[in-house]
Amino acid sequence: MDVESGSVHLVDDLAYEMIPLWQDNSKEELVKKLQDRYPQEDICDTYDEIGELKKEGRLFTEDIYRNYVDAFKARPVQVKALCLHIAHDCNLACRYCFAGEGEYHGRRALMSYEVGRKALDFLVQNSGNHRNLEVDFFGGEPTMNFEVVKQLVAYGRSLEKPHNKNFRFTLTTNGILLDDAMCEFINREMSNVVLSIDGRKEINDFMRPTRNHIGSTYDIIMPKYKKLAESRHQMNYYVRGTFTHYNLDFAKDVLHFADEGFEQISVEPVVAKPEDDYAIREEDMPQIMANYEALAAELLRRKLEGRGFNFFHFMIDIDRGPCVAKRLQGCGSGCEYLAVTPWGDLYPCHQFVGDEKFLMGNVDEGITRPDIRQMFRQSNVYTREKCRNCFAKYYCSGGCSANAYNFNQSIDEPYEIGCEMQRKRIECALMIKAALADARGEDTEVNS
Amino acid sequence: MKHIKTINHTVLKDSMAAGGCGECQTSCQSACKTSCTVGNQHCENKNR
Repeated sequence: MDVESGSVHLVDDLAYEMIPLWQDNSKEELVKKLQDRYPQEDICDTYDEIGELKKEGRLFTEDIYRNYVDAFKARPVQVKALCLHIAHDCNLACRYCFAGEGEYHGRRALMSYEVGRKALDFLVQNSGNHRNLEVDFFGGEPTMNFEVVKQLVAYGRSLEKPHNKNFRFTLTTNGILLDDAMCEFINREMSNVVLSIDGRKEINDFMRPTRNHIGSTYDIIMPKYKKLAESRHQMNYYVRGTFTHYNLDFAKDVLHFADEGFEQISVEPVVAKPEDDYAIREEDMPQIMANYEALAAELLRRKLEGRGFNFFHFMIDIDRGPCVAKRLQGCGSGCEYLAVTPWGDLYPCHQFVGDEKFLMGNVDEGITRPDIRQMFRQSNVYTREKCRNCFAKYYCSGGCSANAYNFNQSIDEPYEIGCEMQRKRIECALMIKAALADARGEDTEVNS
Repeated sequence: MKHIKTINHTVLKDSMAAGGCGECQTSCQSACKTSCTVGNQHCENKNR
């Protein structure tokens, strides 16, 4: 892959060998160096092909976006997405919960309709010309306050026409309380739904027990999730799991979901403090890398057999993905994306909720700490020194600020273990793309 | 080309002119909620 242009090339052995040498050698020098192994005509042809790609801006391209991203960052901040903490309460006791089993290390609380309504008003008033506005109903467990969810959806819809906005509502749930009526509402109103479950029954039930540790949450939620996924025609949802030190063989959990008939799957590494027993450690990395590779190979095999599925972290759009401005600006937390607590406080994102240092304002007064917003505003791929020369920078946009802060006390100092996994996932995603392109009838040997 | 085949047709630079409208999904609102992933985001800008 040519990082700065985003071009992905399939190359034969000769091109693979020649590309690193091309800029420092003339055609004649390369003929001399390679003629013992390749025909002279092929060497000359390959030399010219590389030159053509360079001329087209698809190879050896340089980073020209530094000033461009600064210009974008200088624009006035507009909010376009809210994570509404509709319930700081939960009916599970997941061991790894960053929200302290729903309470975010604070008190149990449900968001009132009044607070939610003010949050939606705040969003509309601060969204400028943005038409598409996103609101995620999050928790704790949002179905524990579902009446308010329904009222807020109705209120949001009432704002659409007068303000020329399009609300996209989403919901993240643990599934325990899901019933047919809720599913019918979700299917009608939610553009996406995230269904939390960790994979195989024993894995799920170990990390995601009930409050009283009796019974199997897997048995409660699995049939509901299957039904909901089918009713959404296997689109616009994710079964979403977390892997930890205790299931480093997470590829089995992904394939378990696929074998159960799910087609939209996301299984992601836990975010934890280094001292947590379930935290991912440096010594776990070889097994994690091997699992990503094995999963990529199996996913490719199934795709070629016509029974593929989507694995969120291997999804990549190399043709019409986001614009370079989006890729450089970071995740938007603290600026275009904010989290709202049940009592209306604003934080940069859900991961920062409960950390008073990051309390940015509230739905009554708006942003009262513009300095915090500015800190997030300024952060981008270029302010993160480790990102500058990373091939993955246009695919992860500098990574998760909360992860960076949790591990390095700076939102500009990426979380290295996360970076390592991200690079592997992008490698796997590109491999799948290349192999599928190859299988479609390209006759070039794949080395990418 | 015989030795190199390019499997995508756009280059990042081309998105500079009409990019940055901000109508696309906020990355953390998709499935992840922990890992910023933009490479799979759908572009909403029809003018690009």
